[in-house]
Amino acid sequence: MQYSKMSVSDFIDASKNKNIDMVDFYSKFFEETEKIQKKYNHFVTISKNDAEKNIKKINKKTKLKGLPLSVKDNICTKGIQSTAGSKILENYIPPFDATPIAHGKKEGGIIIGKTVQDEFGFGTFSTYSAYGIPKNPIDPKRSCGGSSGGAGGFTKAIDMPHIAIGESTGGSISCPAAFCGIVGLTPTYGRVSRYGLIDYANSLDKIGPMAKTVKDTALMLSIISGNDPLDQTSIQKNTEDFTKYTDKDIKGMRIGIPKEYFNNIDRDVEKKVRSAIEKLEELGAKTVDITLSTTEYALPAYYIIATVEASTNLAKYSGMRYGAQDEIKGHYNEYFSAVRGKYLGDEAKRRVILGTYARMAGYRDQYYLKALKVRTKIIEDFKKAFNKVDVLAAPTMPIIAPQFKDIEKLTPVETYAMDTLTVGPNLAGIPMISIPCGTSKDMPVGLHLLGDHLEEGKIIQVADAFEKI
Amino acid sequence: MTERIDKVANIARLELTAEEKTYLEKDLNNILDSFKKLEKVNTDKTEPTFQPVEVKNITRDDKIEKGLKQKESLKNAKETEDGYFKGPKAI
Repeated sequence: MQYSKMSVSDFIDASKNKNIDMVDFYSKFFEETEKIQKKYNHFVTISKNDAEKNIKKINKKTKLKGLPLSVKDNICTKGIQSTAGSKILENYIPPFDATPIAHGKKEGGIIIGKTVQDEFGFGTFSTYSAYGIPKNPIDPKRSCGGSSGGAGGFTKAIDMPHIAIGESTGGSISCPAAFCGIVGLTPTYGRVSRYGLIDYANSLDKIGPMAKTVKDTALMLSIISGNDPLDQTSIQKNTEDFTKYTDKDIKGMRIGIPKEYFNNIDRDVEKKVRSAIEKLEELGAKTVDITLSTTEYALPAYYIIATVEASTNLAKYSGMRYGAQDEIKGHYNEYFSAVRGKYLGDEAKRRVILGTYARMAGYRDQYYLKALKVRTKIIEDFKKAFNKVDVLAAPTMPIIAPQFKDIEKLTPVETYAMDTLTVGPNLAGIPMISIPCGTSKDMPVGLHLLGDHLEEGKIIQVADAFEKI
Repeated sequence: MTERIDKVANIARLELTAEEKTYLEKDLNNILDSFKKLEKVNTDKTEPTFQPVEVKNITRDDKIEKGLKQKESLKNAKETEDGYFKGPKAI
């Protein structure tokens, strides 16, 4: 049987009608995955043995009916190594599944492996991974984006049905989606449980799907979202069928164009995004010019809040209980400091230092509290905009996927600046979706659609209509 | 030269090499410098936002629920003793 070009919905139909031999399918799937892995390094772990056991008990009454799922390495998977891209968690095998993974398995998803990412999500290009750098399958000299880089790259590279589960703190789903030319859906903060996520920044982390089509991401979101008593910040809302927002027209929908999101971006990227917006107008949407005056402050506010939270979250990695553990010697402070110095990577150290500094006595008001107040202003700005429009449309990233040789030359400040367009919506906890909208120098350009809290339906509706042009 | 980094690294329980201290000091200066623009935002009457979506405190019934078994909890630890995690001397 021919599986290449098979869509997710074709696979589900074939599985339902028993027209697919799962053993044959998975043997070809892993053959293909190994080939891709050799070329592009999208995985920390390929969990072939675990998958082979699970395909024997696929329940055909489930929604996914045996569909392959890849999982970002910072999401705990029972019995499969979960490192979050860090040496300090090497060989950590979670004894439990994160809630979204449990949901995915319950609906017949088969975990096929754990995708490469920047250590703990600290990066924009997936170059800060302790397990090799994932390469962009469109041009291996270029980055997949970060931090869910392996997820983005593999979703693009695999020519068989598959959905990736990624995670975003400041843009880590949208950026690789844009750079690899796939769809990435970041839900409202709290829509998907964070239980079992190896956290970066508690008030920002969001687990979300990445796939080849808008409908696939909508299907996966329907499965992984919903209230979870195990996550106190999980929203008290049941899941819904998000695929019902696809195949709809968008006549009369109001689309806001935030002018600040078109400052200092690559001119060809701007051209492609503006032409995508014109196509939305041709479909009957109305565009409205919007001002988000706090845009330039989102970047510093994000980096302060995220690193402060990260510096406390990473305190638990102390060379005891799980992950990297050395011979226990010396006083506990000496032992902890030595283990952390040895196993944490450069960017993790930079962010721990920055975050610790920004919450120290004497600096807390100036940096951390100030950033939290600016965050309030940013949310107010978005709320005002959503009084006037249904969704906002902007470029996802200011550039196309850069080459590794150019990334090497960037200073930390210049690297952080690449997140300018994604950190604002991530700070506000609003849902967003990145979809491909053309190419520049043969590399994909991402159109970013942002919605108000809990209005995933609207961004799915617009994205799906655009995709179908 | 690196007194500030020494102090922060000590609070963060992070052992750094001399080379790391030098570049982290430089990075910290540059990054904090780029953050200065936040001072331009008037936040005199603004409350801080800790959570982007308002959440209510939720409590569960006070009854025992299933959790990880002791064996599972200890599975990833290299050093254990009598069913406990073993760590370095604290006092």
